[in-house]
Amino acid sequence: MSEATSSSVPRSPGLPPGQSPDDLEANWRRTVDRSTRWPVVAFIASGTFWLIIGSLLALIASFKFQYPDWWTQQAWLTFGRIRPAHLNTVIYGWISMAGVGVATWLWSRLLKTQLRGRGLQLISVVLWNIGMVIGTIGILAGYSRSIEWVEMPYAAFAFIVPAMVLVVASFLLTLRERRVQHLFISVWYLGAAMLWGPFLVMAMLLPIYSGVPEATANWWYAHNILGLWITPMGLAAAYYFIPKVIGRPVYSYHLSYLGFWTLALFYNWAGVHHLVGGPAPQWLATVSIVFSVMMIIPVIVVAVNHHLTVVGHFKKLKYSPTLRFIVFGAMSYTSVSLQGSMQSIRSWQEITHFTHYTIAHSHLGVYAFATMIIFGAIYYIMPRVTDWEWESPRLISIHFWTTGLGVGAYFTALTIGGVIQGLQMLDPDIAFLQIVDSTKPWLVVRSVSGTLMTIGHFVFAYLLVRIMMRSGTRSDGPTYFRPAPAGIFGSRAGDGSTEETPSVEEIEERPGL
Amino acid sequence: MTRSILIFLGAFAAISMSFTALALLPRLQLATVEPTPGTDAYTYEEQLGYEVYQREGCLYCHSQQVRPDGFGSDIARGWGRRGSRPGDYVFDDRHQLGTMRTGPDLHDIASRQPSQDWHLAHLYQPRSVSPGSVMPAYPYLFEVKKESQVRPSEVTVPITPKYAPPGDSVVVATEEALALYEYLMTLKLEELDQSS
Repeated sequence: MSEATSSSVPRSPGLPPGQSPDDLEANWRRTVDRSTRWPVVAFIASGTFWLIIGSLLALIASFKFQYPDWWTQQAWLTFGRIRPAHLNTVIYGWISMAGVGVATWLWSRLLKTQLRGRGLQLISVVLWNIGMVIGTIGILAGYSRSIEWVEMPYAAFAFIVPAMVLVVASFLLTLRERRVQHLFISVWYLGAAMLWGPFLVMAMLLPIYSGVPEATANWWYAHNILGLWITPMGLAAAYYFIPKVIGRPVYSYHLSYLGFWTLALFYNWAGVHHLVGGPAPQWLATVSIVFSVMMIIPVIVVAVNHHLTVVGHFKKLKYSPTLRFIVFGAMSYTSVSLQGSMQSIRSWQEITHFTHYTIAHSHLGVYAFATMIIFGAIYYIMPRVTDWEWESPRLISIHFWTTGLGVGAYFTALTIGGVIQGLQMLDPDIAFLQIVDSTKPWLVVRSVSGTLMTIGHFVFAYLLVRIMMRSGTRSDGPTYFRPAPAGIFGSRAGDGSTEETPSVEEIEERPGL
Repeated sequence: MTRSILIFLGAFAAISMSFTALALLPRLQLATVEPTPGTDAYTYEEQLGYEVYQREGCLYCHSQQVRPDGFGSDIARGWGRRGSRPGDYVFDDRHQLGTMRTGPDLHDIASRQPSQDWHLAHLYQPRSVSPGSVMPAYPYLFEVKKESQVRPSEVTVPITPKYAPPGDSVVVATEEALALYEYLMTLKLEELDQSS
């Protein structure tokens, strides 16, 4: 690497003849992007593989409610094994691995330096996948640890924990070589996630828990894997891509610090509201409710920053796949978080806890928020690391509508069904089997919407394979849903450049903008 | 560099505090809790049943926590005479509190339904005793064999004709099915002594 990669270069005199600062900027960006190629592609492809496996497991689990006597002869196909296998493949396989892929790319880009520790990352992908295979087969074969969100046997985590540590090592090596003074807010979120994720997993694997304390540790863990591992990766991507694609700085950059610290301080405590009304000491649930409600602060901050940045630019959603997926995800984040704060309250929990409503809520978080943002980020990243374009805007559009409508229907159906279930459960005069009966139509909707989402995942996986193989003819501009009018994404769009307006870098030059 | 160390320390402090408070403190607070009356260490067979319960993922549809009087209607439903207490779980090395009630709560199932015939038939084919149930059947916890080949030590499960195997075959419970039943019979909430 010559000094050409330094961030100060575009402003410095002595450029090679015939080169403008813009060309240099585009060149180092290409260098940085390419340095992340193999780890990023490997993590994203592995994640997508587990997404497909996880979706198929989910479909089997869901259809078992319509056909409870279907596939009951084999123990490994019983609902109680398929369901945790679904959860573990999508959490530790799909969203974690694809998330690390996106995070790795963002990390290099935002630190303006080539990725260090590429070998470590590639070893990590291998270990991680081995762990996932052991874990998934382990649960199906009957070796579940039977603790929600950490069902995979120890043998699986014996591979996954070192894999996570290797990723962290690569991040630290890259951080040491950074060529920026100012750390953009996405770097904060990603760095913190790289601390929190491994910390959480290691803390939960300690063999010190049993009985009721194990339940409190369990929900401290499960809620935080969502809030302190998956959420920061999703928010980091949204904070980078929304301004990037739109070509406009974050609405209030100072507010984003407040959002970060309040998330770091409050989210931690929110998980034990899963035990409201249970046998855990009451002070625990009370503390959790208080912090769950306080989560409104970071959520409003992030909402202001994400949504007000988009205001006035909604027409760009018609063209950019990245923007459309990520804005969908950001809106879902606001909804799921406000819903989370509200439902931690005792009188709300009394109705919705123990019902399908909770399942709807968790899919609004992991799917409508995190998964959709990761999809959007992948649509932006893959062309830049493979030097190829997406094959078909129409297929991307199918992917968006099947998953978007799918998760919408899923959430609506299970929320309604869950509230009915909860209200009926509060009335002791309604027989239990009658309650089961009234949830059935909503569970049919779940199977249908799950099928829709799975179709979307297959379309996405196909597109991913095509771009990895560099199949088809190469198009010469970014892939938009429809031809974008000249200038809508900044002066460089549509001219064969893979770059759009460099707004984030502008903010770094002018903090406070 | 100073900036990144500050972020690291802040993030580390935040998670360490909540880990201490939510995962470690309850452990200390409940370390001395006494088992409630009727709560005993598992026998060999009950332990085996407890492991089958975990392996088959019963907890994804059945909670094991009765809500106390004044919160929900568990007691009015007859799911227990009192709310669950930490002392009910002291011998559970893998908590099965659960978060879902696709099926009913099971923390007091032994009081509500003690019949071995009912439970075994229900596990073999839930719809034979609970019409409209969405619970999976567990035929692999049973053997179907000719009546003449049943040994005296084996437990035959009476199944309603609609779901019974054809001809002179009968349903026989495996060791695991019987152990699961024994485990379910440990799930019993006894009235607490008012003075304690």
